[in-house]
Amino acid sequence: MTPWLVAVAQAALLALAAPLVVGVTRAVPARLAGRAGGRIAQPWRDLCKQLRKQPTSPADASMFFVAAPAVMMATSLIVAATGPFIAATSLFGGADLIVVVGLLLLGTVALALAGLDTGTAFGGMGASRAMVIAALVEPTLLLAVFALSFRVGSTDLSRIVAAGATEPARVFTPASLLAAAALAIATLAETGRIPVDNPATHLELTMVHEAMVLEYSGRDLALVEWAAALRLSILLGLLANLFAPWGVATSLDPMWLAVGAAVFIGKVCGLAALLSAGEVWTAKLRLFRVPELLAGSFFLGLLAVLASAILA
Amino acid sequence: MSGRASGVGVGLIRKIRSAGRVAEPAGDRGERLPQAAGLAGSVQVRHVDAGSCNGCEIEIGQAFSPVYDIERYGVRLVASPRHADVLTVTGPVTVNMASALRKAYEAMPEPRLVVAIGDCAKDCGVFAGGHGVAGPVSDVVPVDAQVPGCPPEPDAIVAALRGLTGR
Ligand code: SF4
Repeated sequence: MTPWLVAVAQAALLALAAPLVVGVTRAVPARLAGRAGGRIAQPWRDLCKQLRKQPTSPADASMFFVAAPAVMMATSLIVAATGPFIAATSLFGGADLIVVVGLLLLGTVALALAGLDTGTAFGGMGASRAMVIAALVEPTLLLAVFALSFRVGSTDLSRIVAAGATEPARVFTPASLLAAAALAIATLAETGRIPVDNPATHLELTMVHEAMVLEYSGRDLALVEWAAALRLSILLGLLANLFAPWGVATSLDPMWLAVGAAVFIGKVCGLAALLSAGEVWTAKLRLFRVPELLAGSFFLGLLAVLASAILA
Repeated sequence: MSGRASGVGVGLIRKIRSAGRVAEPAGDRGERLPQAAGLAGSVQVRHVDAGSCNGCEIEIGQAFSPVYDIERYGVRLVASPRHADVLTVTGPVTVNMASALRKAYEAMPEPRLVVAIGDCAKDCGVFAGGHGVAGPVSDVVPVDAQVPGCPPEPDAIVAALRGLTGR
């Protein structure tokens, strides 16, 4: 199979599976609360219905509001296509760590600008909170992965994952655990989960992501939600594949690619279930405590980098 | 983790296991609304209290609780009328809430439906003739379905909303 086909298949797989992963994160806490809960495919039903509805636009909104859903979706799809999810072959150099973090940040900034663009009080509030969180999270994302790239000698994510799968003793040190913890906290913050943001909240004053999308409707809302689901799958997939790279296809043989896809879906669904079950035990942090949590994760990442540099 | 915190964690596990499933088996589905056919099993609800005594809100809260668990039929409460397909309205519409209700309705993308919950929403109920009352919900926005009762039982609310999702 050619690398292009693999990239398209990877993006399609992630785009199709992402709403189901969100369904898992809703079904697990529902079961734990004694509910029957919605179906796992319910987010897909919601998306299909929203895609058929007419979007509305606030009177004062400009092109930022219109463009943000497309920018979010496009950046997420590029990362989904090039990242080391089912196959880790560095045939195209698109999956560089710095590019991936930059693309994710581009989507975050586009949505924050759209939140400001609506001219509502909640949109601006959500945007400023999202920027505070992004400014603290992005360095942690970089640092946590640097701890691995130090050992591999490359910031190409595919190469790090491939090295981890073939010669784990060279890549992983005890310090990798610190890096994994830092990346996990950064993932929680970046995808707007408890304890940083509550995806199920109806209280505008506590919202971060939701506050920015309050004005979206119909097709635009569907794109924003779909892209947000895709980002959750991407970050969980990166976390899983960087620190547990087993099962990733390291060649373009169709059989291995199929195995890689199945293992990847299993890993992401497992992580999603773990994440949402953990949310049952935790409460959302007060907003002013969030920087402390994120600074802590940054520190973990820094320690991991120092340790792996010294041990190298 | 301190002793007390881990105690809370273990206690919660025990509680989850002893409670098991609290959702009750479903009753009958309400009448299928033809206007809702396009929603295909997914209904996002925005609630507006146009002047109710809050009795109806307590029952709506119950419909979304683990026991009645309306979310299993594809109904979800959302935070913005822009995200909603269905507006649930309770209470007689008071003079001060009439324009707010109209604005919330106009902020919804098409197609949009309105469900009037409770006797007050239908014909002002016990508040009929009150000096601050503008009229029933149907005087302000077009109503697609009614749930009678003062307050209506959660089962009735669940049945009416299931008539919209068709599940
Ligand atoms: S119908 Fe009854 S419970 Fe509902 S708002 Fe009116 S008086 Fe209150």
